[in-house]
Amino acid sequence: MSRPLRIAVPRGALFGETLDLLDRLGIDTGEVRSNDRRLLFAEVGVVTMRPSDVPTYVEAGAADLGITGKDVLTEQAERDVYELLDLAYGDCRMVLATIEGPDPSTEALRRLGVMRVATKYPRTATAFFEVTGRQAEIVEVKGSVELAPLTGLADAIVDLTATGTTLRENGLTIREELFSSTARLIANPVAHKLRAEEVDAVVAALR
Amino acid sequence: MTTIHPLPSGTRDVLPDEMRELRSVTAALLGTFEREGYGEVSTPALEHQEVLERAGGAQPAYRVMDEHGQVLALRPDMTVPIARLAATRYADIDPPLRFCYLAHVYRGVRPHRGQMREFLQAGVELVGAPSPEGTAEVLRVLCAALDATGLRDYRVGLGSAALYPALLETHGVPLEARAVLLGALVARDFVGLERELRALDLSSEARAALITAPSARGGLEVLDLLPATEGLRAVHALLTPQVADRVLLDLGLTRDLSYYTGAVFEVYDPALGEPLGGGGRYDDLLGRFGRPLPAVGFALGVDKLHIALTGEEERT
Repeated sequence: MSRPLRIAVPRGALFGETLDLLDRLGIDTGEVRSNDRRLLFAEVGVVTMRPSDVPTYVEAGAADLGITGKDVLTEQAERDVYELLDLAYGDCRMVLATIEGPDPSTEALRRLGVMRVATKYPRTATAFFEVTGRQAEIVEVKGSVELAPLTGLADAIVDLTATGTTLRENGLTIREELFSSTARLIANPVAHKLRAEEVDAVVAALR
Repeated sequence: MTTIHPLPSGTRDVLPDEMRELRSVTAALLGTFEREGYGEVSTPALEHQEVLERAGGAQPAYRVMDEHGQVLALRPDMTVPIARLAATRYADIDPPLRFCYLAHVYRGVRPHRGQMREFLQAGVELVGAPSPEGTAEVLRVLCAALDATGLRDYRVGLGSAALYPALLETHGVPLEARAVLLGALVARDFVGLERELRALDLSSEARAALITAPSARGGLEVLDLLPATEGLRAVHALLTPQVADRVLLDLGLTRDLSYYTGAVFEVYDPALGEPLGGGGRYDDLLGRFGRPLPAVGFALGVDKLHIALTGEEERT
């Protein structure tokens, strides 16, 4: 029980601000910043990974705490983790976007009854179209979602955007917003009980 | 080449080496239950769906129709079948009634190590013993059973399913908002809980109490944070020192089965990332089968307990 709390840290867009946050907790992030091939920094209780893997590690107890985006938590809603704190950085929006001009997705719905939507977030997208009562075929892609409407793979995309720049550069326009997302602090349900004081100290320091 | 005959999702075979280890775990559990006066019962894996729905517990995941067109379902837990059994087979017997079981139950979960869709539970039900005595007895049996398996570092979280609803009522939270707040609490979404509370028209003290209560866990001092904790105090006062040492009071503890009415508890071990099992009071359940009696019980996941025991071994 003497090892430090292990925190799952997301590489990618949230990485820099997350490390700044760990500095505020008194964690020495020097080695984490300088070595981008190493993944586990056991001596400071940091393990780095893709943001979408953070809930997996935290749910299983392989990490006690984790930081990831609300977009990831929404997509993996079945993960049994505590969502403790909105860390208020990593602002972005989950949006429905299509190519500019007349909306090809409503036209597809009107004439064909179904719109094709490419996304990296199939469960989020499926739930959104169910709730809004539209028939949609969800096409899961792993990256460069913007390509899908440009090549005719899909009528629309559901994707995360911070500034909208990538969408604009690819001739796409935002039609609807699903929700906005920020970074969240999550905790394993057993660590939240057995290491309550340490977990609460982190929450208090970051609040 | 080997022919592949796949198993249904969430089920698995157990081979002799593992089976021997599982058997020694279950023998320790059942031996303790019997010594404490809990008689082992067996009930059908299939129940009428109507019986399971009457209880309002976990939704069955598997249903079949028999040759008369009646809908049957595989039991999602043992508490409801034993409530049915106690109310019908023991209708004239004076309480308290003590039962234990070792049985497979079936749920539509995402299968992972330790939690299959068909999984083995060992547990007890104590019928006709109200709180606090009944609750304290069951907690003592729980710790005795875990001790008998050789598990070392476990703790038991103790809270009450009635606490947060009472707090919402005390502070005059509108009925329609309560369901949303309880939903966020059960989903462990404290960010959503706080956001919903800030959107409500509440006094700042009320809001602070409702935001901090779910994170209040520790020793007896956490009970000072809230009104209406006499029930938990009374249970705690009856615990033997060995059991009290294992107990963590947790005002935010919820169990997502809707039949719990009072004290609820969960078992944690540092060697496993999820609870090994849990239980609580269900004082209204027997009444739904025609014999209103207070009751309390717990169930342990045998696979999870086995994984935790193995994990503790590796840590030494």
